[in-house]
Formats: sequence, C-alpha cells, structure tokens
Amino acid sequence: MKTDEKKTDERFRVMISNVLRLGVSLSAILIIIGGVLFFIQHPDTVFDYATFKSEPSKLKDIVLILRNAFSFSGRAVIQLGLLILISTPFLRVLFSLIGFAIEKDRIYVFITGIVLVVLSFSLFG
Amino acid sequence: MGIYFAILFVGALIAGLLGSLTGLGGGIIIVPLLTIGLGVDIKYAVGTSLVAVIATSSGAAVSYVKEGLTNFRIAMFLETATTVGAICGAALAAIISSWSLMIVFGVLLLYSAFNSFKNRKTEFLSINEQGIKENSFAEKLKLDGTYPVSPGNNISYHASHLCGGYLMMILAGILSGLLGIGSGAFKVIAMDTIMKLPFKVSSATSNFMIGVTAAASAGVYLSRGYIDPVLSMMVVLGVLIGSMTGARVLMRSNTKILKVVFSLVILLLGIEMIRNGILDIIR
Repeated sequence: MKTDEKKTDERFRVMISNVLRLGVSLSAILIIIGGVLFFIQHPDTVFDYATFKSEPSKLKDIVLILRNAFSFSGRAVIQLGLLILISTPFLRVLFSLIGFAIEKDRIYVFITGIVLVVLSFSLFG
Repeated sequence: MGIYFAILFVGALIAGLLGSLTGLGGGIIIVPLLTIGLGVDIKYAVGTSLVAVIATSSGAAVSYVKEGLTNFRIAMFLETATTVGAICGAALAAIISSWSLMIVFGVLLLYSAFNSFKNRKTEFLSINEQGIKENSFAEKLKLDGTYPVSPGNNISYHASHLCGGYLMMILAGILSGLLGIGSGAFKVIAMDTIMKLPFKVSSATSNFMIGVTAAASAGVYLSRGYIDPVLSMMVVLGVLIGSMTGARVLMRSNTKILKVVFSLVILLLGIEMIRNGILDIIR
C-alpha cells in the first residue's frame, strides 16, 4: 500500500471510530437519563415480561417517541437512546461511503452503495 | 426488583465481553438468560437481544477500528453477501423447514468448534508463506491489510479463497434471515478458517459486521413492539461496558486462548441449535 493511501486510511479509521464513539456515548447518556426519569415518574412499577403484549404505539413510532422524549417521558427518552444506538451501524456505513468517495475509490463507493441501499430498504421499507 | 436488574446487568456484561472477544455478538447469551433465566417472553427476549448485538458491535468497534484490527474493505465487501443472503433467507423461510437447517448448521458448528480447537496453536500464515499470485482479485479489491500484534509492530496479511468466503457469508446471511441467530459464528468461520485471516482480524471484522446485520431487522422489531425500553436499558448499559472491556482485553490476549474460548462458545451454540431442531421435529 502506498504511504499516502495509508494516511487517508488512518484518517478514515479515526473518523469512523469517532462517529461510533459519539453515537454510543450519546445513546448511553440518554438511556441513563431516561432510566432515572422513569424510576422517578413510576417508582413502584411491577415488572412482568412473561407474556408478550406489544409496546404501546408511543414507544413504537419514531415520531411519537421523539415527541414524548421532548416532554421528558422516561421511557420515551430511553427509547430515543436505543434508536440512536440502532442507527450507529447505519451511520458508519453512510460515513464509509463518504470516506470512499473522498478517496475516489470507485469500486468501494459502489460496494458500500449496495449495502446502504439494502440496509435503508430493510430499515425504512 | 433489585436482584432482577442485577442479574440482567451482570448477564449483559458477560454477554458483551464474550461477544466482543469472539466476534459472535451477545445474542447467544442474552436470549437464554432472559427466557430460561428470568422467564421473559421470547419476543421481548429477541428484541432485547437485537439491541444488545448492536451495542456489542458498536461498543467494541470504537476501539477495534481505531487500533486497526477491523478491516473495512473486507467488512463492506462481505456485507453485500450477508445482506443479500438475509433477504434470500427471509424469502426461503416459507419454503424450507427450519428444523432441518438448524440441525445442518448445528453439526457444522460442532465440526468448526472441533476444528478451531485443534488448530488453536496455529497462527495464521504470513504473506510470504502463502505464495500469493500477483494481481489477484484480493489485491484489486485492496482486501489485504496489516494489523498490530503489539504497539508499533504491524504484520501484513492476505485474504485468500474469496469465493469460498463469499459463499459462506451468503450462507451466514441466509441463516440470520431465516432464524435470526448464529450468523456471527459463520462470519468468523468464513474469515478465519476459509479466508485465512488472522483470528483477531476475523473476530473484530465479524463484530463490525453483525451490527449492520442486526440493524437491518431492527426497524421491523421496533414497529412490532418487541423492544421494551426498561428491559433494554439494563442490558444495553451492561453490554456496552462488557464490550468495551472485551475490546481492550482482545488486543492484549493470546490468540490461542481466544480460539479456545471461541470453540467452546460455538460448541455450546451448535448443541443448542441441534437441540432446538430436534425439539421442532418432536413438536
């Protein structure tokens, strides 16, 4: 591998690592804040997960999760943190695409593009 | 309630640790812990496990990527195989009975466990020992790389048998699309055993890939209401701490020990899959 190619790869690695660190930290902070809020708001909740009764739509729909999180509902804040966590793999594919485009690596822009399309299709489709 | 959360947290910690060390993700531990250990409904367990796998993947990748253990190009190249495989798997689910697959894949895992244990002492072959053809496909795709064995000491490696590795990845994808489990094991096997990559690179790269595979089905799980915030909260926090610790441990540990841990975990996974397959027939 050429030296300048090695350098861009190095920068690329640092960028992806930072994107992941930011996503994971933000998610963890929101989950902790949400958890504290939840136990303040519902101090004597009985936990029963033995039978499945799907989550209420305010914890399933992305728009509703956002709206409830901004009104400081503990569970919605946790759910927002989980959403950010779930989006980290998607973000790193997106940033890889940008990275490969900057490196003008056509083959990998194409390969990453395929992964991104399939991933978006299954995430939002 | 305190004990409930303590078990959840400690279990998640172990799952994150083992998941990031072996490249398998934490699902193998989270699902039985929740269903058998705590009596949680399988749907909640699967939803929580999915979030846990993403947490393991992203948590460990922060270090693996920075240290240069993860090979981006190999990950991206093979992800085209796993994602396409996953779609095929979901389509095949209607035609193929899952028990036969569980038994076939289970036996394959037992074989790989044996194989991996037997070869625990063999380090991978360095570039010079392999006698690589010039202008190979791997070179064109820039899949070869270097990785640090100790600070400042990088070793070059070569990706061989791309075809075989790619086919194995399609299989791993089909498996995750069909059954939603065990794809991490086949990713490591494809890279370590077939493509002859160093074990640590295989593990870190598999770890990187499973996040994408899991994220692909997260949308569906969320909209079906499988992801409970309070249950996931403890698991995610435990897994994140576990996987970040695991990533640090991996960089310093001996490949031989990692391979033994890996073969033990996939041995258990194989037995579990065969057991589930047989239970399916009896029912």
